[in-house]
Amino acid sequence: MASIQTRFGDGSPVTMSRGELRQDLEEGTADAAERGSVAPLTEDDLRRLEDIFASPHRFLGVEPGREIVLSYDGTPLKMKRAQVNVDRLQSLQIYEKLMGADTLEMGHVDYSFKPVKPIVTFEQPLMEQVLSVTTAPVFYGAMPNLGLYSQPDGPFPNPAELMPRGQIKEAQESYEAAVEEAVKDIVYVCGALYESGADAIILDTVGAAGDADVLAGLKATEILTEKYPGICVELGMASEFILGMHSGLSYKGVRLAGLYPHDQLKLAQQAGARIFGPVCNTNSGKSTPWNLSRAITFMKACCEEADIPIHVNMGMGVGAMTVHDHPPLDVASRASKAMVEICRLDGL
Amino acid sequence: MSTYFSRMGDGSAIEVTAEEIKADLIEGSEDAADRGNIPPLSKEEYQHLLDIFTTRAKFVSVEPGNEVILTYDAGTLKIRRVGVNADRTLALQIYEKLLGADTMELSHVDYSYKPVKAIVGFEQPVLEQALLSTHVPLFYGAQPNLGLYSQPDGPFPNPAELLPKGDIKGAQASYEASVEDLVQDIVYIAECMIESGADGINLDTTGAAGDADFQASLLAAEQIRAKYPEACIELGMAGEFVLGMHSELTYQGERLAGMYPHRQVKMAEAAGASIFGPVANTNTSRSAAWNLARTATFMKACCEAASIPVHPNMGMGVGGVTVNDHPPVDIVSRSSKAMTEICRLDGL
Amino acid sequence: MGMAITHAIASGMGGMRAAGDLVARMQIARGMKIDEAKAHVAGKLKCSVSDLTDPILMNEARDELGLGLLHPYGGSPKCMEAKFNIAELLEIDVNCVQRFRSHLSASNL
Repeated sequence: MASIQTRFGDGSPVTMSRGELRQDLEEGTADAAERGSVAPLTEDDLRRLEDIFASPHRFLGVEPGREIVLSYDGTPLKMKRAQVNVDRLQSLQIYEKLMGADTLEMGHVDYSFKPVKPIVTFEQPLMEQVLSVTTAPVFYGAMPNLGLYSQPDGPFPNPAELMPRGQIKEAQESYEAAVEEAVKDIVYVCGALYESGADAIILDTVGAAGDADVLAGLKATEILTEKYPGICVELGMASEFILGMHSGLSYKGVRLAGLYPHDQLKLAQQAGARIFGPVCNTNSGKSTPWNLSRAITFMKACCEEADIPIHVNMGMGVGAMTVHDHPPLDVASRASKAMVEICRLDGL
Repeated sequence: MSTYFSRMGDGSAIEVTAEEIKADLIEGSEDAADRGNIPPLSKEEYQHLLDIFTTRAKFVSVEPGNEVILTYDAGTLKIRRVGVNADRTLALQIYEKLLGADTMELSHVDYSYKPVKAIVGFEQPVLEQALLSTHVPLFYGAQPNLGLYSQPDGPFPNPAELLPKGDIKGAQASYEASVEDLVQDIVYIAECMIESGADGINLDTTGAAGDADFQASLLAAEQIRAKYPEACIELGMAGEFVLGMHSELTYQGERLAGMYPHRQVKMAEAAGASIFGPVANTNTSRSAAWNLARTATFMKACCEAASIPVHPNMGMGVGGVTVNDHPPVDIVSRSSKAMTEICRLDGL
Repeated sequence: MGMAITHAIASGMGGMRAAGDLVARMQIARGMKIDEAKAHVAGKLKCSVSDLTDPILMNEARDELGLGLLHPYGGSPKCMEAKFNIAELLEIDVNCVQRFRSHLSASNL
C-alpha cells in the first residue's frame, strides 16, 4: 500500500500507512468529541479527510464555488516581522492588489489596545488615508492582552505572583480590576478608529490571559455594538479552551472558564459580535491528520451552532497548521481545504 | 518712527519699534539672569540681537563658517505625524538626502522607552537595515517618560493623586520606585540598540515628569556609559527648570530640583553624557525678542559651563521658537542665527 | 518639518550635501566641541573650515575619498561602504562598521 507523506504538528515530516492515517484521524476526532462534548466526525467526513491526505499533490485547493473570504490578524505586523520596509498603508495595498486579500486589517506594532491608547491620534489619520486609497473592507485590530494591566507593566498586582502565595481572592480582584481598565481602553481605541471610518474592528487573541481576558473582550464588544449599532466586531479567540485563571467569572450567567468553541460562540453572539473566530490548538507531538481531524470536530460543532459568520483561525499553531513560522504548503493547503469543505465555514 | 515685523511667542504677528525690541531684549535677558543667577547678555550682544530683529529680510542665516551640526528628536515620528506614508528607513533617507540632515534618529511612534521594551525585537532589525542604507550618524531615541510608570498606566501609585491628599511620603516612594524600573528599561533598550550598531542613544525630553525623571536619565546614562565607554549618549531636556515633583532627589550629592541649564549640564557630564540638549521655554504672551534674549542668556551660560558639546533644543515652543505646529521661518531663522552666533553652540 | 528645514538652511552644516555628517561623527565619536570637530574634519579633507559647508567642494572631496554622495552613481561607494571609508579617514570607530566587520568570516576581512 502506498505510503502517505505528511507532518507532525511541529512541521517535521513523517511517513505513515493508510491504516495509521485512519487511526490518527479517528483518535483526533475522538479526543475533541470527548473534551468538548460534541459529536465526532462522520464516516463521510473521515473518508474525505483520508482522501485529502492520500492525495499525492503537494498543494490542494477547494472545489470551485466553495471558496470563502479571508480576514486577517496582525496584517501589517507580518510585513514588519519579515523586515519588508514598507509603510503600513503600502503594506495594505500590497495585500489588496498583489495578494488578493478580501479584507484588510490595520494594526499597531505591539498589537494590543493598551499601547495604542496614547498614540490613537497617530492611528486615526493613517486609517483615514488607508480608507481613501483602498477598496477592500478595512478592519482595525488588536488584542485585549490583559497581561499588560498587571505589574510590572500595568497598575494591578500580578495574579501570577499572588496565586502561588495562596492569595486567590486578591488575584481574582486584580483580574476584575484589569477587566474594567481593558474594556475602557478597547472601547476608546475602537471608537476612535470606527469614527475615523474603519469598516470593522477585530478583537484578536481574546482569552490569551484566561477567562478575565474573554470577559473584557465580550464586555467591550457589547458596549461597542450598543454605542455604534452598525459596527462589525470580529471576535477572534486565543485558544480552544478558556483557561480559568480567575475561574469564577461569568457572562450573561454562563461561567467562562472551560468553555469550548461552540459555547464561546454563543456568548460572542450575545455580546453582539458579527464575526467569530474560533481556535483549535495544534499539538506539536501529534500528526497533522490527528490535529486536523480534532480541529475540524471542534469547528464543525461551532459552525453548526452559529448564526453569525465563522472565520476559523488558521495561522501558525492553530487550526491544524504546524507550529512553525513558515507553515509548509502541503499541510497548510490540506488543512485549508478540509476545514472549508467539511465545516462549511464562512471565512478564515 | 519706523516699525518692524515680529511675532509674539504664540506666533501672532506684531509691529514693533526698535526701541520696543531693545526694551524687550533687555527685559528677557534680565529675567533669565535673575532666575538662573547668571550674567545677562552684553551690550554688544543686545546690539547683535537688535540687528537681527531689525533686518527687513524675511529669512536670515549665520555667517559662513559659523554653521553647526543638527541633531533631531523624534525624527522619524515627524514624517509620520504629518501624514507622509513613508516607512521609517525611507523617512531617514528623506532626512539624509532631501533635507541635508547631519545626523538622524530612529524612533518608535510612542517615543518612550517603556513601550519599546515589548517590541525591541522589531526595532533592532529596522535599525540594522537603516544603518546599511544610510550614511549619517544614526541615533536611537526616546523619552524616559516617567509618567508611564504610575497608575493607571504603570505599576506604582499615582503621585498626582497622592500629593493632593497630603501623602507626600507615599508620592516620593512612588517616584523612587518608578526611577528604578525606568532605569532598567532605558538601559535594556539602549544596550539592544548599541548592540545593533546605533551610533548614539538619545534620551530626549528628560525631566518631563520632574526631578525623578531627570534622575532616572542620569542614572541610566551612567550605566550605559559604564558598559559602553565609547557610546555616544545625548541627553536632551524637557524644560529650562527641573521641577521638584519629588523635591529631595539628588545626583552625586547635588539636589536636582530647581536646576537651570548651566547646572544641568554639569550633571549630564558627570553621568557620562556625550552631548547635552538644554531647553528654555517660550512664553506665548511675550514677544519673540523677549523670548530669544531670555533663551540666549540661559544657553550662553550653559555653553560656557560645558565641557561637552551643547545642542540646545530649538523645536516648537522652546529656544525662542514660537508655540505652534508650523513655526514661521522669520522667527525660526532669527532664533537659529542668534543662538548659534551668540552662544557659540556646537549644534542644535 | 518646515522648522527642521529652516534650521538646516539658517545654521546647519548641510549633512551629506557637504560635510555635516562628518563633523557630527567627531562629536559622536570623540565628544569634540564644534570648532575642534570642524578643524579635525577639515584637516582630514585637506581643506579649510569654511570649505566644509561648500557643497561643490565637498561633493568633489566625498567622491574622491569614497565618503558617499548625495547623488550616487553606479559603482560609487554607498552607505555602509562609505561608512567604512569615513571611519578610516576620520580615524574613529563607527559602531555599525565595527559590528559589520565582526560579522564577517575571517577570510572576508
